[in-house]
Amino acid sequence: MESPEALRDRLLARFPGVSVELVPNGSPSGQVSLRISPAGLREVARFLRDDAALALDQCSNVTGLDSPDREVVETVKESQPGAPGGPPVVIERKQTRIEPGHLEVVYHLYSVARRHGPVILRARTGNRTDAVTLPSLTPVWRSCEFQEREVFDLYGVVFEGHPDLRRILMWDAFAGHPMRKDYVEPDDYEWEPTPHGEVLAKARRHYPSAAAPGAVQPSP
Amino acid sequence: MSDAPTDASSPGPLSAEERDELRRHGILLTSVQELYNWGRSHSVWPLNFGLACCAIEMIAASMAKFDIARFGSEVFRPSPRQADLIIVSGTVTKKMAPHVVRLWNQMPEPKYCIAMGACAISGGPFKQGYNVLKGIDRFIPVDIYIPGCPPRPEALLHGLVQLQEKIRQQPLRGPDAPRHLRSDLACDATVPELGAEDIEPPFSPELWKPPTLVRPDKA
Amino acid sequence: MMLPDPAATGLARVRKIEGAALGLRTPAFAPEEGAGDLLEVSLGPHHPSTHGVFRMDVVLDGERIVRLKPVFGYLHRNHEKLGEGTSYLGSMPYTDRLDYLNSMTNNWAYALAVEKLAGIPVTERAEYVRVILAELSRLLNHTCLAGFLMQDCGCSGTPLMYAFREREKILDLFESLSGSRMMCNFQRFGGCRVDPSAEWLAATRTLVDGYGAFLDEFEALLSGNEIVMARTQGVGRLPAALAVNAGVTGPMLRASGVGHDLRKVDGYGVYPRFNFRVPIGRDGDVYDRYMVRMLEMRESISILDQALRGLPGGPILDPKAKQRGLRPKAGEAYGRIEGPKGEIGFFLGSDGTGNPTRYRVRAPSFVNLTILEDLCLGHSVADTVIILGSIDIVLGEVDR
Repeated sequence: MESPEALRDRLLARFPGVSVELVPNGSPSGQVSLRISPAGLREVARFLRDDAALALDQCSNVTGLDSPDREVVETVKESQPGAPGGPPVVIERKQTRIEPGHLEVVYHLYSVARRHGPVILRARTGNRTDAVTLPSLTPVWRSCEFQEREVFDLYGVVFEGHPDLRRILMWDAFAGHPMRKDYVEPDDYEWEPTPHGEVLAKARRHYPSAAAPGAVQPSP
Repeated sequence: MSDAPTDASSPGPLSAEERDELRRHGILLTSVQELYNWGRSHSVWPLNFGLACCAIEMIAASMAKFDIARFGSEVFRPSPRQADLIIVSGTVTKKMAPHVVRLWNQMPEPKYCIAMGACAISGGPFKQGYNVLKGIDRFIPVDIYIPGCPPRPEALLHGLVQLQEKIRQQPLRGPDAPRHLRSDLACDATVPELGAEDIEPPFSPELWKPPTLVRPDKA
Repeated sequence: MMLPDPAATGLARVRKIEGAALGLRTPAFAPEEGAGDLLEVSLGPHHPSTHGVFRMDVVLDGERIVRLKPVFGYLHRNHEKLGEGTSYLGSMPYTDRLDYLNSMTNNWAYALAVEKLAGIPVTERAEYVRVILAELSRLLNHTCLAGFLMQDCGCSGTPLMYAFREREKILDLFESLSGSRMMCNFQRFGGCRVDPSAEWLAATRTLVDGYGAFLDEFEALLSGNEIVMARTQGVGRLPAALAVNAGVTGPMLRASGVGHDLRKVDGYGVYPRFNFRVPIGRDGDVYDRYMVRMLEMRESISILDQALRGLPGGPILDPKAKQRGLRPKAGEAYGRIEGPKGEIGFFLGSDGTGNPTRYRVRAPSFVNLTILEDLCLGHSVADTVIILGSIDIVLGEVDR
């Protein structure tokens, strides 16, 4: 099977308006992926499926990823006029800005006919709030049907072109996307005998007098 | 139960050893309560209800090696209308909770519940779960808790024997009588609704209270 | 036989007829012209034959299924969210509870993914032990599946009793090796937790030698049985092209005629050293899926025989391989193995800390359910139960 760089060049040549970038992978697994712009995702997918050399006829796995908004602290240099007659003074100022997050979907493609793979495609949404639409690859590979529904249910990515987009694991009336990093689960269990981390914080909300360890409580 | 006779000439109630002695001679002395409870406890028919991994151990307990049938639970009933016992085996999720409670409501009295496995007792290893109900005793009254993840089939059999013991001890009159002999108790449990974030209500207030915190003095 | 087009058929539309026009005092309902009598039934989530808490919303035209939508999530225990909050080693016991019938293969798939992510080599003895345990799991799973499938066909209990008798023997082996019958938590990164003793290997050898005889006894009454064949042949045909496109893997794919077995395709572990065949079906119906699993069990016995004979010495786990406090370099890896139900894969994303930033389970039962509706259309409810049984789902991994 051709290398990811050769595949990227072939895709760029074949689909001029579509951006295809190689995403490196720091782990020893060496599985690099190709990030495709959402507008051209379905044509690229169809091409990869029908291409004679690649014949990627099976989409094995569809994963959702969440990159939340990040606070980025930047140092900004400003030059202001200094003392009259003297040189301008350079002042450094720290400035925080919010880098908007995004949701991402990763497709692992294999070829059953040619026995090779994986070719990994990725697509990113615009942000995590209103631009969360991506084209669905269910018309290309039927195996994406349930897996994209799961990404919709747990992450909130809306797949345009999906035949039956509704929640699959959570109930229909549920609001919220639980796998997002900023999801807050309902407060429905209490103190644990060995509290740690956020469980201890939760215990303190339920039992404020237990803030000091070793505090004696009157038994009921 | 009737009071012991005060007349000095008539004998008091027989002790267990005396009754054993009589039984060896072929004379059975019993009471309605004993007979009634003996019949009930030795033919407890469970509902064919398995949720997760503990269900496989429950099936193994009903198979040839462990054989729950010799304890009276010969047939697992598929319909709740014909079952006496619900063995909640496996994690109860919030999505499944209304169905479990509805099944409990459909079971006719006398009915019993065994919470098998850590997940049914309190949520188990999945306690930090947005979809996990932290113990089925938040909605239905549990008689026997069997810890384990999963409990061995022998543990389930031990729990069943404990339940049979509990049934045998139930007096037919008074405040400790079983639910089907008391007209003052409600039989239906509250069925939770699936809300936008959580089930509503998150627990049934008459059945379950949040645990109080008791810690020994760390002197 | 003309099957109704599922896209065109909706639920029965009714219109209200004025009662007075019919001479009735209460309003009456009559089906609209051409709609027929369609009945919507919810099979499950509590049903004796659904292999767990699984629900199918079916629309029936008489006895024939016109539409079927699977509904699950009744066992969604947010395994993936827990994985993000737990260390790499801490997630190993949770993987036992995915496909709770075969915990050894789940453990191996996860260990493989972490070894790919962190670049940890596996000792040779551990590779052989992993193969032995995976093939024992395969025997266990397929035996139970045959029992459950026959139970669904209506042989109420007897094949299941025989299947569980053999399962108990394999569970005894697992218990003496790992301490637990079902939730073994046995694989580690770079090897296995415990080195099997000579007695354990001898007991495994005895089991493997006797398993062929059990399978002969089991199949003698079932595989050539007229009733089994009448009920399962021609039911739930899955064409090969649809199977591949729908991501179906495992014995279900092979029963449709596609020779795709990850033990041969990926050649992970030491499988390339063993000589075994991959049974492939022809029609893709329920009978083929059952027979493929029966033949796979025979091949598993052969692999076990070769592995037990060729088991090398050496350490079972490299003592320098990090288990607790494993902090792989930032990156991603997708590792998969041929589990008894199909391709089980784990996609892990690391950001350099001790917890994965993304932990995804590719469960074979979840993806295999995609074509459940296609298989069941036009069949009766009784056939649906058998088709679902032949797909071999376990809700622990469907819902995770």
